[in-house]
Parts: sequence; C-alpha cells; structure tokens
Amino acid sequence: MGIFETLTFTLPELALAIGSMALLITGVLLGDKSTPQISYGCVGLLIIALVLTIAGPAPQNPSIFDGAFQIDAFATFAKVIIFAAAAIAILMSHNFVEGEHGRHFEYPVLIVLAAFGMSLMVSASDLISLYMGVETQSLALYILASFNRDSRRSTEAGLKYFVLGALSSGLLLYGASLVYGFSGSTSFEEIARVAAAEEDNVGLIIGLVFLISGLAFKISAAPFHMWTPDVYEGAPTPVTAFFAAAPKLAGMALFARALTVSFPGVLQDWQPVVAMIAIASMVVGAFSAIAQTNIKRLMAYSSIGHMGYALVGLAAGTAQGVSAVLIYMSIYVAMTIGAFACILMMRRRGGMTESIEDLSGLTKTNMPLAVILTVLLFSLAGVPPLAGFFGKWYVFLAAVQADLVWLAVIGVLASAVSAFYYLRIVWFMWFDEPAPAFERDAGPSLRFAAWGSALLMFPVLTVFIGSLRQVAENAAAALF
Amino acid sequence: MTESFASQPWLTMMTFAPLVGALFIMAARVVAKKDNDGAIVGAALEQLDRSAKIIALAFTVGTFAISLGVYALFDPSNGGFQLVEQYAWIGGGVSYKMGVDGISILFVLLTTFIMPICILASWDAIKNRVADYMIAFLVLETLMIGVFCALDLFLFYIFFEGSLIPMFLIIGVWGSKGTKAFAGFEMPSKVYAALKFFLYTLVGSLLLLIAMAWMYATAGTTDIVALQQFDFPVGAQKWLWFAFFASFAVKMPMWPVHTWLPDAHVQAPTAGSVVLAAILLKMGGYGFLRFSLPMFPDASMDFSPIVFALSIVAIIYTSLVALAQEDMKKLIAYSSVAHMGFVTMGIFTGTKQGIEGGLFQMLSHGFISGALFLCVGVVYDRMHTREIAAYGGLVHRMPLYAFLFLFFTLGNVGLPGTSGFVGEILAMTGAFKVNSWIAFFAAFGVILSAAYALRLYRQVIYGTIVNEALETIPDVDTRELGMLAVLMAFALYLGFNPGPALSVFSPSVDILMNNMGAALGSGL
Repeated sequence: MGIFETLTFTLPELALAIGSMALLITGVLLGDKSTPQISYGCVGLLIIALVLTIAGPAPQNPSIFDGAFQIDAFATFAKVIIFAAAAIAILMSHNFVEGEHGRHFEYPVLIVLAAFGMSLMVSASDLISLYMGVETQSLALYILASFNRDSRRSTEAGLKYFVLGALSSGLLLYGASLVYGFSGSTSFEEIARVAAAEEDNVGLIIGLVFLISGLAFKISAAPFHMWTPDVYEGAPTPVTAFFAAAPKLAGMALFARALTVSFPGVLQDWQPVVAMIAIASMVVGAFSAIAQTNIKRLMAYSSIGHMGYALVGLAAGTAQGVSAVLIYMSIYVAMTIGAFACILMMRRRGGMTESIEDLSGLTKTNMPLAVILTVLLFSLAGVPPLAGFFGKWYVFLAAVQADLVWLAVIGVLASAVSAFYYLRIVWFMWFDEPAPAFERDAGPSLRFAAWGSALLMFPVLTVFIGSLRQVAENAAAALF
Repeated sequence: MTESFASQPWLTMMTFAPLVGALFIMAARVVAKKDNDGAIVGAALEQLDRSAKIIALAFTVGTFAISLGVYALFDPSNGGFQLVEQYAWIGGGVSYKMGVDGISILFVLLTTFIMPICILASWDAIKNRVADYMIAFLVLETLMIGVFCALDLFLFYIFFEGSLIPMFLIIGVWGSKGTKAFAGFEMPSKVYAALKFFLYTLVGSLLLLIAMAWMYATAGTTDIVALQQFDFPVGAQKWLWFAFFASFAVKMPMWPVHTWLPDAHVQAPTAGSVVLAAILLKMGGYGFLRFSLPMFPDASMDFSPIVFALSIVAIIYTSLVALAQEDMKKLIAYSSVAHMGFVTMGIFTGTKQGIEGGLFQMLSHGFISGALFLCVGVVYDRMHTREIAAYGGLVHRMPLYAFLFLFFTLGNVGLPGTSGFVGEILAMTGAFKVNSWIAFFAAFGVILSAAYALRLYRQVIYGTIVNEALETIPDVDTRELGMLAVLMAFALYLGFNPGPALSVFSPSVDILMNNMGAALGSGL
C-alpha cells in the first residue's frame, strides 16, 4: 500500500487535524469576534469527519501504518459517537462562549483537537500510537478544564487534572515500557503472541497492571477517580458536559482494545484486576453520590459508577462483553449529554445554579424540563423500559455468560444503592415545594440535546435496541 | 367470527390503549393555555382537569371493552396460550411476544375492570395536578396489563419493573401529609413510603434480572413457553428459584419483606391503594404460577416447607399486627398480607385445589380489598383522617355505607357466600392434602381475620357518634354507591357461583400440573 492510499483511510483524522489548524489561524487573524463562525466551522468539521468515517474508503486490511492503527468496525463505531458527541458539546456551549466569560475562539477548536486525539485512541493498536492519542486528547482537555481562567475553581480544576493526568501518563508509559521490554514489541498483536507463548511472564503482567492503572485513570474508574469530582465541579459546565461523555467512551474503547487484542491469552491475569476496578467504581459511585448536594459532583460520582458497570462487561473478556461495553457506553454518552443539557438549563437571572435543591418543585415551574430530567434519571438508574436498563442488562448478561455471576450480583446491588440518589433528585423535582423558576430561554441547541436524549432513552432505543446491539456486535467482532 | 378478526393484535391494542390515552392527555396539557411563567391556571386549568378525567375514563372503559372482546375470543376449554402475537424485537431469542391463558386472562380482566373504578374514585378526591395523575394511572395500566400478557421473560421484566415508576410518583406526589425522620433525613412520610416501595421492589427484582441473564445464557431464549419446557439442572434451579422468589415475595408481599406495604398503602391516595391491593400485589402470585412452579418444579417442591412456614407466619403474625392498628388503611394493609399468605400457601401445595384456591383468592381479594380501600376513601374524603378512633356511630348517619362496609368486611373475613370464602377453603383443602398441620395453623388466620375486621367495623360503624364533625357527614353518593355496588355484585357472584371462574383457569392449571408432574417424575 502506498502512502497516499493509506492516507485516504485516515481522511476523518486528516480533516480534523488540518481543518482545526486552519480554523485556529483564521481565529487568530479575525480575533475573538469570529467565535460564532469558528464554532460553526468546528461543528461542520466534525460532521465532515463523521460522514467520512461512515462513507469514506475502508482498507481491505484494517491494519494501516504497519499496524499502528486499525480502521475497523470497532473504531468506526466509537468514532461516530465521539464526533457526534463533540459536535453537540460545541453547540451546547453556545451560551458559554457567547456569554458571561467573553468570547474565546480557541474553545471549539480545542474540542475538535480533543476529538482528533480520541479518534487516534480508538484506532490505536500499538503502544506508541496509544500514548500519542491519549496525550493529544489529554492536552486539549487540560486546557479546557481551566478555560475559565479568571475563576479560581476552574484553574484549580485544570491544574489538578494536569498534575494527576501527568502522573497517570507516567504510569501508562512505565507500563508500556515494561511491556515492550518483556515482549520486544510495541504492536498489540505481537505482544499478544509473546504473552500467549510464554508462561509466567511476570514482567509483562506487571507492565500490564501499570497500563491498566493509567487507563483506569483516564476513564476515572476507582481507585483512580479522585480527580473527577473536583474537575467536574470546577470546570465550566459546558466543558464538564464534554468531559463526561466522549472522552469516557474513547478511553473505554482504548481500554477494551488494549486488553482484548494484546492480552487475550492472559485473561485469567487481568480479569480479576478489571473486576476489582469495576467493583470499586460501582461501590464508590453508588455510596459517595448519596451525600452530594452539587449536581455536577453528583454526576461525577454517577459517571464513576457507570464506568464500573461498563468495566463489568470488559471483565468478561469476551466478544459479548466488548459489545456490551459499546452498547453501555453509547447509551451512557447519550444520557450524559442530555443530563448536562438539563444542568445547563438551570439558569436564574443570568447565573448558573448547581445545587440539587434548586431543582425542587421543578414539575410545577417547568414541566418539560422536569419530564426530560426524570426520564434521564430513571434511565441512569437503569429502570426499564428506559434505555439505561438495556445497557445494564447487556453488561450483566456478558458477565453471567463468562461465569462471573458474583460480579453481576455485586453490580445489581450497587445499582440498587445508586437508584436512591437518582430517585432523590426525582423526589425533589416532583414532591417538593417549588424553588424559584429557571429562565426559560434556553436556546435551541440545549433543547434539542435534552429532548433528543430523552426521546432516545424512551421510546426510540427501547424499540430499536436490537439494531444497536447488531451494530455493537459487529464492531466488537473486529477485535476477536 | 373470521380468522382474520381473531388474529388482529388484540392484546397489543389492549395493552397500549391506555398509553394512547396518556398521550392524549399530554397533548391536551401541551396545548392548554399558559401564563407567562408557563403555568396553567384558572379556567384553562379547570378545563384541562376536566378533559383529563374524561379522557382517562373513556380510555379505561375502552380498554375494559377491548378486554371483554379478548375474553370473547378466548376459548376457556383450551389451557394453552391463545391470541399469541410475536414480533421481532431485540433478536437473539428475545422477542416481543404476547399471549394469554386461563391464568392470566382473569388477571387482565381484573385490571381493566378495576381501572375505571380507580379513575372514578379519584374524580373528586384528587384536586391538584389532575392531568398528571391521570397520565400516571394510564401508564400504570399499560404496564400492568403488559405484565399479565407478556410471554417473554424479558418483556415481562420490563413491564414488571416499569410499573415502579408511575406508582412511585403516585404515592409521592398525591400521597398524604406528615413527616418522618429516616437515616438522618427529615422527609415527608409519603416520600419515605414511595422510596421504600421503590427500593424494596427494586432489590427484589434485580436478583430476578441476574437469574434471567443466567437462564438466557443457558437456554438461549427468554420465551416463556420455551423456558417452561427447558429442564434447568436441579442444582441451578435452587438459585434461580430463590432469585425469582425474592422478587415475587417482595411484590406479594410475604412476611418478612412486607413492611413496605403498610407504608405505601397508608400514604397512597385511595385509588393508588386500590390498584396496589387489587392488582400490583397479584403480580407476585402470578409470577409464582407463571415462572416458579413451571420452570423450577423441583426447587419449588423442595422449598415448599419454607414457603409454608413463611405463609403461616404471615397469616398469624400479620393478623395479630392488624388487631393492634390505629389506622384504618394500615389495618387493611396488614390483612392483605395475611390473605396473601393463603395464596402462597395454596400455590406451593402443588395440588389442584391449592393452586386454584390461590388464584381464586387473588381474584376475590382484588374485589374485596379494593372495595375496602374505597370504603376507607369514602370517609377519608369527608373527614380527612384514617384514624379509627376518630370514627364511631357512622350507622346513624350513613346507613347505606354501613351496609356496604359490612358486606366487604364479611367478605374479607371469608363468610360463605362471598368470594373470600371460596378461595380460602380451596387453599386450605390443598394444604390439608399436603400436611394437615399447615391447614390447622392457617385456620387461625380465619378466626383472627374475623377478630380484626369486626373490631374495625364495630368501632367505626357502631357505638355513639364520638366526633362532632360526624354529625353532618353525608351518606355515600351515587358515584360511590355505583362503584361499591358493582364490586359487591362481583364478590357475591363469585361467592355463590365460583364455577365459571374456576372453569376458566382449570385447563391451564391442569397443564401446569401435568408439566410439573412430568418434570418431577423425570427428576426422580
């Protein structure tokens, strides 16, 4: 394959990389007043990338650049959701970039760059390209977290994220170097061959554990979750909305590929590790969220819990497990975007409110918002017939199929505990006396995101869950 | 009747008809005139409330009509599943499959019959957020009918669990006032009751979810018919049985996981209590018959002594607890637990009389306890208290009410001639066949039920008028009389002529017994 032919398979990434540079230059030339145009340009760029991902040329052999990247159904599945989520995140930030903090044209471009990094992550099938993708994404995210640079909380969040992120990158690199040292290769497939051939390869396993720790940090799974609540709370809400959705999916996809492609022969070694991380995340997510009064912190713990459920599917280590992870994560991304769209609509006299108590009596002051949020909360809690339930069903099913019934039992118990804090918000909204009403001019993009997400949870995905399952199964099959 | 007429998706239409009604009310809510804050007030609100009530009544009555049509198409001599519909849904052995047999058809009819009564019972009693209330009830009806019609375990689970959401809101939003301290939170007691209801049931059914995943992983399908034929290994049956039991025992509810029920009943609005007692509790018993017995026959028989013990404790202990209650609704709630004890005892005898007795008891309890909650609602609407001590001497002011209440009290006691008697005697006969001691202890329940029910009746109806406010209390009006009279007619009819109802479920019970017998025989 010639270099140009190979490049045609990376058209989405090329479009994002070149396009974002061009937009950045445009922004510098035109100044901050061009922010709206740059924003729409970024959204357009992401849509182009999305179309190219679906309709662009696909290689005969999914492995390109000597096996550094895979352009397969798995990567395509993840990219489609990442690009869509990033585009919606930019649209949802409209009030933020236009509003109280002045205009900053870099903001949408940074989201595009992060999306570019994520798309590298989900395709990476080599330790070096893996690290490259992770760092590209992380660098953009560090800046986004501290984007509101006049706010102490935001800069603190950015700094915390950066320091801990650097630590986790260090863990990741250390693990990668150990794996390379003991297997003699950075390519996932090559590592898999060595790992399967040699018995008692302690060095490789230690490297693997470091790798897992680094990746667990990126998806904020317990016990590497400490940064999440602070960063979620401190970062500007639109940024949090982006953080909570697409990067989680990208990290989880990378996690799944790294483990199932490079270490399928040593499942018995990493399965307990992933299962323990899953349990810790589910338990931390379930119990810590109960006491939260700030809705962004609550969403942080909730997302930690959700990573735990997704990891239950990964712990199964089977194709069903990976497809369950994909189903779970795509539903999670849709729910999270909707929930944050609702949080972004919690505005009074120009200021954002973040306390759960502010939602009191919402059914009396703003019924549509209350209905949307109720649907999303029941979905997050995993109550049928909402889509969140199907996600849980598939991960627990995968666990049961892989003889991990005990893990599934812990999972359902944790989800019963976590139901409590979701119900608590529902109870504030439905049963309590109203707090002052929110402003009603939310803007079309937030409304679109909120309604779209709620309608996806019910009835769209309830009816068409079979199609999602089909696509996710095809995607997961690419790894096995 | 032509084939094509019978092969229309009647069950789907019946199940989702109330949901369509809910959509209509939502539409009415959206188009209603709003003020600047987006709130509906004044004349627009009155209009919306009235149209919501009418739409809800029309759709529940319409659903009842469809269910009668379904009953007409149903062939009672055939014990298998009828009117079966199947559509591709998730794939991989999970499909949208509906059907009814002799066991479920009567529960479907009970549901569609009770719902219009619930709407009528709420006609004047519910004053705030009427449209939302009606939407919640219609959604709940769809889910309840779905539970009884689903022929796919996965679909069943969705309906079964989904019913938690509207009921949670009904208890929490339209429940009564008062506060309760719990785990450091000071919360309204209706919220406490709603949460307790939700979380108890959720924990129970999540174990069912795991069992379902295991069964799907083993059998490759969630089709109920296929699962009933599938021979699960005896060792695994025990775990599966336990998981299903946990879920249905909470729903039923059985002692000692019954404590959510009195709270939920006390806090729920009248119609909520009626639905809870008449239909939601029956899902547990239905689950035992649809899943536990046919799918895990070995485990069911192995564990039946435990069920008997729990049932006996429920019958005797909760009857004693009922004796000590100060609150009318709580008393009836505890008596429900005791009556459900007869149901579980009957079902797990594995005898034809026992199972039919359990089924009959559930039907009868649907009419009688529903009616008793309506009776409490009648005086609650007038006096706004459920405290027994606040009443007395009602017979002087409400003679008609005294008569109706007496009838249902006696039905609750199980007086021959009322439907309550048939169920109890059949269940006891079944128990007697298995072990006469069980029947012996269960008989205490009958005596105790007379004690608490008659005590309630004496204190509320007889004696002197203790409370000045009672001097002017009006008797039942036409609407209340109508609802209670219809229920009374059914209770009497079933009591004097239980044959038709028994003959509807008898063929299905025969099939169930044959399958169980075959499975147990092969296991030996």
